[in-house]
This record gives sequence, C-alpha cells and structure tokens, in this order.
Amino acid sequence: MSVSLLLAVGVLFAAGTVLLLERTLTRVLLGVMLLGNGANLLVLAAARPGAPPIVGVAEPAEMTDPLPQAMILTAIVITLGMTAFLLALAYRSWLLTGHDEVQDDAEDRRVRELAERDEGSDAEDLDADVVEAPR
Amino acid sequence: MTWLVPLPVVMPLLGAAATLLMFRRPRVQRAISVSVLAATLVVSAVLLVLAADGPLVVAVGGWPVPAGIVLVADQLATLMLVVSSAVTLCVLLYSIGQGGADGDEEHPLSVYHPTYLILTAGVTNAFLSGDLFNLYVGFEILLAASYVLITLGGTETRIRAGTTYVVVSLLSSVIFLAGIGLIYAATGTLNMAQLVERLDALPDGVRLVLQGMLLLAFGIKAAIFPLSAWLPDSYPTAPAPVTAVFAGLLTKVGVYAIIRTETLLFPGGRVADLLMVAALSTMVVGILGAVAQSDIKRLLSFTLVSHIGYLLFGVGLASRAGLSAAVFYTLHHIVVQTTLFLVAGLIERRGGSTALDRLGGLARTAPVLAVLFLLPALNLAGIPPFSGFLGKLGLIQAGAGDGSALSWLLVGGSAVTSLLTLYALARVWNLAFWRTPATVAVAAPLRSSRLMVTSTAALVVAGMLFTVAAGPLYALTDTVAADLLARSPYVRAVLP
Repeated sequence: MSVSLLLAVGVLFAAGTVLLLERTLTRVLLGVMLLGNGANLLVLAAARPGAPPIVGVAEPAEMTDPLPQAMILTAIVITLGMTAFLLALAYRSWLLTGHDEVQDDAEDRRVRELAERDEGSDAEDLDADVVEAPR
Repeated sequence: MTWLVPLPVVMPLLGAAATLLMFRRPRVQRAISVSVLAATLVVSAVLLVLAADGPLVVAVGGWPVPAGIVLVADQLATLMLVVSSAVTLCVLLYSIGQGGADGDEEHPLSVYHPTYLILTAGVTNAFLSGDLFNLYVGFEILLAASYVLITLGGTETRIRAGTTYVVVSLLSSVIFLAGIGLIYAATGTLNMAQLVERLDALPDGVRLVLQGMLLLAFGIKAAIFPLSAWLPDSYPTAPAPVTAVFAGLLTKVGVYAIIRTETLLFPGGRVADLLMVAALSTMVVGILGAVAQSDIKRLLSFTLVSHIGYLLFGVGLASRAGLSAAVFYTLHHIVVQTTLFLVAGLIERRGGSTALDRLGGLARTAPVLAVLFLLPALNLAGIPPFSGFLGKLGLIQAGAGDGSALSWLLVGGSAVTSLLTLYALARVWNLAFWRTPATVAVAAPLRSSRLMVTSTAALVVAGMLFTVAAGPLYALTDTVAADLLARSPYVRAVLP
C-alpha cells in the first residue's frame, strides 16, 4: 500500500471536511465530491496492487484484488447521482431565494427567541383558558 | 422455499419500474403500488413463519457464498420486514386517500409512487442483507428515495430542510463507505458471517476503530445524540405521509444495523458504557427538546429522537433480556410513531395548522380524531396496559437485572423520560383538544377522506395488537435475542 495514496486520501478528507462546514451549498457540494473521492481512494488502497485481474493476461498470484474496484464503481455511480441531486437543490434554492446559503430553521429561531424573552412556548397559558368539560 | 427471500426487495423495485412507466395513469399506478406492498407483506409473513426453523439464506446470482452477496432472512430480519411492510402499506393507503381528498386525481405527482416503492426496496434490502457492502447499497437506495420524498414539490421550506437532511446523510454514507474500506483492508471480506471469525482474530485497537466507524455512520442515521440535531430540523416540513414513514422506518433501519453489527460483528460489549451514556443523553436531551416545542410535528420529531435512546439502552446492556426488550420496543415504536405522525397530518387538515397556539377544541369538533390521537399518545408515553409500557418494563427489568450503577442511572432516566413524554403529549392534548377553540378563524378545514382515517385507525389497531399479542411476541423476541448473542445459528446458516 503506497503512502502517497494514503496522503492523498488525507488531503481529500481534510479539504472536503472544511468545505462541508460552509454555509453556501455550492461549496458544500464541492466538499461532498472531495469526501466521496477520498473514500473511493481509501477503498482502492485496501486492495493489493498488482497486474490487471484478467484471466490469461496475468498469473492469479500477481493479480490485484478486483473486488474493491467493483465496489468503487458502485460508489462512484452513487456519488454521481447524489452530486446531481445536490446541484439541483442548489439551483432550486437559487431560483427561490436568489442565493444558495442554507438558512436557519424558522421554528428553531422562534423557540430560541421565546426562551430569550423567558416565556414558555405556549403563547396562551393553560390556566387562563382551560374550559370546563362539555356538558 | 428460499426463492421467497429476494422477493421483498425485487417486487418493490419492479413495481417502481412499472409505476414509472404508467406515469400518465394514476389509477394504474395506485393499483400497482398497493398490490406490490400487499404482496410484500404476505411474503414477509410467510418468511417469518419459515425463519422459525432457522435462517433462510440465498446466494444472489448463484455465486459461491463468501465471494458473492448473500441475503439472510433470520427471525430478526423477518420480524422487521413484517412490521415495516405493514406500516408502509398503511401509509401508502393514507397518501392515496390524501391525494383523493385534495382532488388532485388529475395531476398527482407522478414521481411519488415509484419513489415510495424504491424507498421500500431499500429498507427491505437493508434488513435482508448479509453483506456489509450490500447493506451500504440498501442504505443508499432508501436514502436516495428519501431525498426526493423530503423535497417533494420543491417549496422553499422543504428545500431548506431537505438540504440539511441530504448533506448530513451524505456525510454518514461517506463514513460508512470509509469504514467498509477499512474493514475490507483488515479482513479481506465483507460477508458478515465470515467477518465474525476474521474480526475476532484482529488486534483489539483495530477492531475498536472499525467498530467506531460503523457506530458513527449508523448513529447519524439512527439519530443518536449528539448526532441527532438534523432530524427535528428536517422531518416536520415534508408531507404528512412522508414524515410518518420516515419517522417509523428510516431511523429504525439505523437501529437495526446497530443491533446487527454490535451483536454479530463486535460482541463482548467493549463500547457498552459509551452506548449507555449516549442512550441516556439521547433520551433526556430529546425529550427536553420535545417539551420546549410549540408545533405538534416538531414535538413528535423530538420524541422520536428521545425514544431511540430506549432502543440503544437495550443494545448497550447486551444481555438477552436487554436485546429482547430492545427488539420488542423497536417494533412497537415503528408502528406508534408512524401513527402519531399520520394523526398530526389529520390534525393539520382539520385545524389548518399543527402549531399548538392556533389549535383548540378538537375534542368537541373532531371526536374521532381525538380517539385516534389519544390511544397512540398514551401508548408512546408508556401507560399500562399498552405495549409502550410493556417495552419499557422489559428494558427497566433488564437494566435492573444488569445491576451496575450506570444501568440503574439508565433505569431512572427511562422513567423520567417516560413521564416527560406523557407531559409533552398531555400538553398537546390540553391545548389542541380540550381548550376552547382558538379565536383565530381557521381557514376552511380540508376534508380528510375516509381512506385516510381508516388507514390511520388500522395502524392504531395494529399498535393495540402489540399489547394483546405481547406474550407470544416477547417469547419470539427472546429467541431472537438468544440467537443474536449465540451468533452461531447465523454463521452456520450462511457458511455451512
């Protein structure tokens, strides 16, 4: 297993993580792509390097393990689909709001403001308007 | 009879293809979806009966076992299959009823039925998978479908909520994939039965890293504190049936994956203390969040997080009694939480909102709705004789049987959480159902079709059935727990 491959994985993961913490969806998207490729390289590093795994071209003992490559192929397809979906989300967000920054949840903000004003989350207190059971 | 095993995955996938082709014919779409899910339910029930004689194993594509992918239908997987397919069927009927009531017979979203069926296929694939990579694929199938469902319609709030959900889920998928890569590097296999012995042979430190990676990935999906903040943020804005099926199933797939990997791959309870602490904080933080909310859907999302803590408590105990109660509680919670979200959907249509300060007097104006809410609410809070009480009782007994200081702390935490759940739900009841109707004029309530009410009622009844059948069901989960701890039945079935 080569050290350079693992270093590349480390760099991809680090850069991806930084980008993922951004508020702008486009940067998050770039972060997801870097992270996905980092994971793919990591899976690739799991396999023993060697000759192409084609019967007749190389001796079985010298072949690389084809299974991680098959898994990476699956993972690449999945990452591609997810990237396309995120891109569509970013575009939709831009269409609706004119930017692609992820906003705070409105309800979260409301609960927080209520807490700051030291009020309960029930706008009307219970005692005030509990009714008698219907007769 | 092993040819039945792939059907719960294959049928919804084929159904999804068929409904996609029929996108111009909503009536045909509905007929296909309902019959496919009904057939899945029947097949799952048959599999549950067959699995009593030992796990059914299918090597997909006829590849020799450790090299190819296997599907394993043991009792745990089939129990989850039966409950999940019953729930998905009821929610599908509810959403069909909602489509009918809204009069969008002419222009329904043609993408809804195919996506819903793919979601089902992902869930069943995750339950049946005997291979870690196939489990990953199962997760991706259900997540990809859930991304579409949670942003259905593409309104501003749904896009905002969906973005959080998608990004967090993608992160957990990357961690899972990296974990798979590391496990393959360390052991050279991803077949779970083969992993059992190969993981046991690894040095302790390496095993701990692998276990930590998987726990982290599944912990995000199962919404365990401190990895749970995304859930109450993203679930409430989706359409009612979508939120309901997500709440019932998606987090439970994460819990199922935790139960499976913690018992089969990493037994011995090395991280038991960590799991217990996470369980306690999930319960307490979740329920305190619920108490602070003033919107029914958000409140229910927080109770969902909180009750994941109970399931984790049972897993952390790692004893037969603990696992048995955890499986029982998982099954109960799938049904009850889904029901409550469906009822919240009905409340929203009747009262025009799910905000507690805008609702009132529903007990008088909508008595049927009141009954439909009260029964699952009491069930969730754990009032005897409902199954929520029986599940919590089993967990508390298991915790007391364990006897360590931490498990007594957890026992106390479960009791407090249960009381606070009752408080949170009683607040909903007082404000939405018993108070005088709000002075704010409610916009004309949307009509709820009979199908919506009937399918919700069916789930309420299903929740009651857990109480009636608690004895036999506990006997069943007890053998499930024994098999999980023994590990050998699973391994011998896959690698004879």
